[in-house]
Amino acid sequence: MEDQQFRQEVRDWLSANFPPALTGVNGLIFQGDAHAAAANADFQVWRKAMADKGWGTPTWDKAYGGAGLSAAQAKIIAQELSAIGAFNPIRSYGTMMLGPTLLEFGTEEQRLQHLPRISTHELRWCQGFSEPGAGSDLASLQMKCVDAGDHWVVSGQKIWTSGADQADWCFALVRTDTSVKHGGISFLLIDMTSPGVEARPIVLISGSTHFCEVFFNDVKVPKGNLVGAVNQGWNIAKRLLQFERSSLSEVKTDVTPLAPIAHAMLGTDAEGRIADADARARIVHNAMRHAAYLQTVRRFNEEARNGGPGNGVSTLKNLWSNIVQRRAELLVEVLGADGLGWSGDAYPADAREATRALLHSKAFSIYGGSYEIQNNITAKRSLGLPDR
Amino acid sequence: MAVLNEEQTMLKDMVSQWVRDRMPVGVARGLYDHSGGGRKDATTGFDADAYAEVAAMGWSGILVPEAHGGSDFGAFSLGFVLEELARALSPLPLLSSAMVAVSALRLGGNAAQQSAWLPGLADGSIIGALAVDEGAHHLPDILALTATRAENGWRLDGIKRPVADGMGAGLFIVAARGDDGTALFLVPADAAGLTREPLDQIDARRPALLRFDGVVLGDDAMLGQGDALLSAILDRAYVGQAAELLGLATQAFETTLEYLKTRVQFGQLIGSFQALQHRASEMFGELQLTRSAVEAALVAIDADDPQLPSLASLAKAIANETAHRITCEMVQLHGGIGMTHEHDAGLYLKRSRVAEQAYGSSSFHRERWARLNGY
Repeated sequence: MEDQQFRQEVRDWLSANFPPALTGVNGLIFQGDAHAAAANADFQVWRKAMADKGWGTPTWDKAYGGAGLSAAQAKIIAQELSAIGAFNPIRSYGTMMLGPTLLEFGTEEQRLQHLPRISTHELRWCQGFSEPGAGSDLASLQMKCVDAGDHWVVSGQKIWTSGADQADWCFALVRTDTSVKHGGISFLLIDMTSPGVEARPIVLISGSTHFCEVFFNDVKVPKGNLVGAVNQGWNIAKRLLQFERSSLSEVKTDVTPLAPIAHAMLGTDAEGRIADADARARIVHNAMRHAAYLQTVRRFNEEARNGGPGNGVSTLKNLWSNIVQRRAELLVEVLGADGLGWSGDAYPADAREATRALLHSKAFSIYGGSYEIQNNITAKRSLGLPDR
Repeated sequence: MAVLNEEQTMLKDMVSQWVRDRMPVGVARGLYDHSGGGRKDATTGFDADAYAEVAAMGWSGILVPEAHGGSDFGAFSLGFVLEELARALSPLPLLSSAMVAVSALRLGGNAAQQSAWLPGLADGSIIGALAVDEGAHHLPDILALTATRAENGWRLDGIKRPVADGMGAGLFIVAARGDDGTALFLVPADAAGLTREPLDQIDARRPALLRFDGVVLGDDAMLGQGDALLSAILDRAYVGQAAELLGLATQAFETTLEYLKTRVQFGQLIGSFQALQHRASEMFGELQLTRSAVEAALVAIDADDPQLPSLASLAKAIANETAHRITCEMVQLHGGIGMTHEHDAGLYLKRSRVAEQAYGSSSFHRERWARLNGY
């Protein structure tokens, strides 16, 4: 009963506050691009409304800018957003990764300083984990963090930092002890406007400049910005990476149906089937695996709600990257030469977008723990296979 | 595994316990002679005594309405019973009789036909089997066995093969080509003009070759007409067979995993080699896809979901592929011992190949799914 009442309240509020112009718009555009977000008046109205209501981070305490709601109520909000083609304008690295981390490991002071400005999406956060020499072997990171009495001094380089050129703050893993590997890492919050921080965008094969390399040149960081205890950062990072992986595997892939495109580009036989039998067989095989993948996401979510094993995130991420990358390749294959354009009106806009998406999709099996690392994790955690 | 209610949890525990106590893989092995072929003295290719126990515990009546002596527990429950039993390759006609034949009577049978057959199928005194295939492939749209009008009834002529569990069945559901298209008949095994002989199949399960030589039936033997009825029955068969493949593949995987954790070469457990760990991780992923597809299809049966045909073909195609891959890996990762008849790997490989072909190969189901989904 209470749920029904709350659902009605959510519906009424959404119909009064969600700008209709944003219906069906992919919120990730604004999440990934600060300029697009700032330039869109509807987005700003929507962000402000959700921020004031605390519904972007509904389960957080009101003191942290949330709404103090239950998980069940948060789910109702998510369902109602999705039902009208709306998105959560507050969703960000801050809400998905740093927020849960501070709630679990941060001091009250750190939570009060940072969470309210995450729950309004006023400030953007980036994640400073990978380094040129520390990719899959993340714990080999070297960025120095030295105790200088009343502050820390940080120097080194991070890479593959999403949105660092637009970020206000960075949560980073730094080395506070060089004599041990995992036990010498700390978790530090760094203001990106500090002197000595420089973020440079990296141009990717898809043309995207979303990722950056970030240089830290003797950057002063206040003592109170270290989360948890000194040298305990690896445990925090492992927990945070779980938040990341679970948010990655929840990603709703915006799937272009392949059948109509294949019919148009490859023709149909007398029975209305895709005329190229070989391409058709491969498309169908992938589409069926994709359908089973979506069933698996639903099943894992249902099991997790009922206290199931919940160790399947690595398995799920690999199934996802494998199936979705294959799908992207098939789409571009079906587009033929139309799928090989970089720019220009000679190439249909949809086709150019599909091609960029294919190039971008190669990252799926690299970021958030590569395909090989996920297989290692599955082997050890889910299957109990030995180290030696 | 989906979330089970209390009754389902009890049933599942009961089945696993029974499989451990009564149905080790050795029972399936017992169907083979020493050279790895089927035993010539075996009559049915399944364990009739064990099936009587299964029936006494009520599993053969899971889909039968209470009015006819069953529990009406639903396909989802029968699905995990089939899965558990298939882990040990249990040679039982539960899929043929309790899933397929019972579904046929529920979907097509009139009140008199249901009263005549369902109680016997529920209590295990009669075993039912679907006779649909006639040649090398599952092609239910192309039937050669004919049903022609006879005085006060019908006359059937043709052959059916392979008919799973056909050597011990008392009732056949026969798919025939009539003047107006597909027709289904209830044919007692002792009908005049019907003869059967066993086929020595690689899994030692001895399916039957049935010969219909002027088998005359009354009008009351007609279960129904039309492709839709046969398709609806087959959807249940596809999903049930997929559930068995899931159980078979799961056990084949776990047995292989155990070997990786115990076999030592080069002074270390072979399960510590990354190349093998990654293969195991990928198999585990395929099993997850398969379980999701099978459970979704079982739920669709109970919900009368109009998407059932598509979900059933998805489940069967993926279960086929997964069981195929894992049984190949089971032999390969066991090395030489996996090639011996003494080891279980070969039993899983052979049973898997049979179950993959039964009720449609992967390509049959991919084609069917593709048509249903507009490819």
